[in-house]
Amino acid sequence: MSGDAQKSMATIGPDSERLPERRLSSGRRRAWWRRYPVVSIFILVVLLVIPAITADWLAPHDPLHGSIPDRREPPVFFGGTWEYPLGTDRIGRDILSRIIHGAKVSLSISLVGIFFGGVLGTLLGLLAGYFRGWLDAVVMRLVDISLALPAILLALVLAVSVGPSFHTVIIVVVFVLWAFYARQVRGEVLSIRERDFVARARVAGNSHARIIVRHILPNVANSIIVLATLQVGSVIILEAALSFLGVGIPRPTPAWGLMVADGRQLIVSAWWISLFPGLAITLTVLALNLFGDWVRDRLDPKLTQV
Amino acid sequence: MRRFLAIRIAQSLLAMLAISIIAFGMTHLSGSPVDSMLPEDAGPEEAAQLTRELGLDQPIHVQYVKFLGRVLTGDLGDSITWPGASALGVVMERMPATLLLGGFAIIVSTIIAIPIGVLTGVYRDTPFDAVGKIIALLGQAAPPFWLGIVLIWIFGVTLDWFPTSGRGGFSHLVLPAIAMGWFQVAALMRITRSSMLEVLDSEYIKLARVKGVPEWRIIWVHALRNAAIAPLTYFGVIAGIILTGSVVIETVFVWPGAGQLAVEAIRARDFPVIQAVVLTFAAVFILANLLVDTLYAYVDPRIRYR
Repeated sequence: MSGDAQKSMATIGPDSERLPERRLSSGRRRAWWRRYPVVSIFILVVLLVIPAITADWLAPHDPLHGSIPDRREPPVFFGGTWEYPLGTDRIGRDILSRIIHGAKVSLSISLVGIFFGGVLGTLLGLLAGYFRGWLDAVVMRLVDISLALPAILLALVLAVSVGPSFHTVIIVVVFVLWAFYARQVRGEVLSIRERDFVARARVAGNSHARIIVRHILPNVANSIIVLATLQVGSVIILEAALSFLGVGIPRPTPAWGLMVADGRQLIVSAWWISLFPGLAITLTVLALNLFGDWVRDRLDPKLTQV
Repeated sequence: MRRFLAIRIAQSLLAMLAISIIAFGMTHLSGSPVDSMLPEDAGPEEAAQLTRELGLDQPIHVQYVKFLGRVLTGDLGDSITWPGASALGVVMERMPATLLLGGFAIIVSTIIAIPIGVLTGVYRDTPFDAVGKIIALLGQAAPPFWLGIVLIWIFGVTLDWFPTSGRGGFSHLVLPAIAMGWFQVAALMRITRSSMLEVLDSEYIKLARVKGVPEWRIIWVHALRNAAIAPLTYFGVIAGIILTGSVVIETVFVWPGAGQLAVEAIRARDFPVIQAVVLTFAAVFILANLLVDTLYAYVDPRIRYR
């Protein structure tokens, strides 16, 4: 960085740090969703976590086997009964039960995918940022390539070559996500490694591995947590889109994207088959995004857009 | 600038090379095509002969170099579903429709998103801002494929305002463009808003106010000119989202573009066509990002010296 740029950074720095303080003191009301994150967390837990964990007890019907005589039963209040509150699909499976079981699929895909993507990306980011050199160059080129390849293409390729399954969806998610962590972590490690405490830890005789794990990792943990929470929503949409196209979770597993696809041709005569799973996705992702924004504001206000 | 361009072009070529490896690898992951190409009563000698003819008995790197040579001359083999038609030709035939829909969606969402983004930035923390936030949050939460189905149901069938599928006049573009563009509107709006907030706080805007420049001029000329840089970089991302979205949206609206072709090709396991789609999409995406980066460096000189 040139001297001029550094100078302008210095003048920008303190000014932007003063910003939030001024906003608060000016007495502007904070938006309601920022003041009541509890609401969004509550919706989130109700919509996603509880059904996902208790699906087997909570779901009133079998998600895989329907009763043919009850097929295309409309939801309650639209000519249906409380037996099937959200109606049934074309082979008589209960939509509500399938949505509840679908939460399990969405949640496990995003948690497993984000876990592996996060671990892989963080590890590579830590190593690249700490050791620099050829490793850094290789990792950053891989990041560029991974960000340059639209996720859906990879999913298509994998679906054709090894067949769609839970595992291929996880691989796609990991492939899409790791680069974000690697880029973020590496960027932060570059500045952290220059700090005094790292040099002192080295002088005190710590190994590189120990410095990375005990001294650098805790300093990037907040960003990793923020990234992970912000990504859950988009992973759920990605998984749903893949399943919708038939390159994600295979039938007859109750995945939300698959359910939307099932009702697509029947949208005129039996709109509830597509509408409710889609609403489940929308509300879940909405709650997750609100939750992610809140976590970000709490842990790392510097990350404005990820 | 020249150095910057050279580095960016080299990176783009590298990314393209990596994608060609993935496209090449996909045919190998799925096993040898020999078995599916031979008649059922063929013996091992015939299989061995065909393997030799196809060059599959050669080391993998030799096969890759040959593949790359064919890619560079635009020869990806013939389509399996459409005998006699070259795979790349089939894709190229469909590309104009995809680019038309994608381009239209980008233009419309920009026209909608930038003014709303600017106004929500200017009228921060007012009810107007809150409405903008809600639009943005909903847009980022609703999966496009589901939104498309709901739009067909409401505006295509129930109200009968727009055609529900296929390609035709302007009215055919409306629903798919909305389904595709809503997410972009949400994202562009958020970026423009936060970028506006930053710019409006800067010294030169205060100076313009002191000078007595009319407020509308400050907002739409002085501030927007600098605030528009952040959304500009986002257009590279949008290119990817549009391409990804085209696969989903074209399937929902039976739009005869390359995205729909990709899904058809997968159902038919038409490898050459899938390879052609993957390579074409990746090329469009990488080219779009190269253009955006070049434009960005041109508009914001700081980038060139990074």
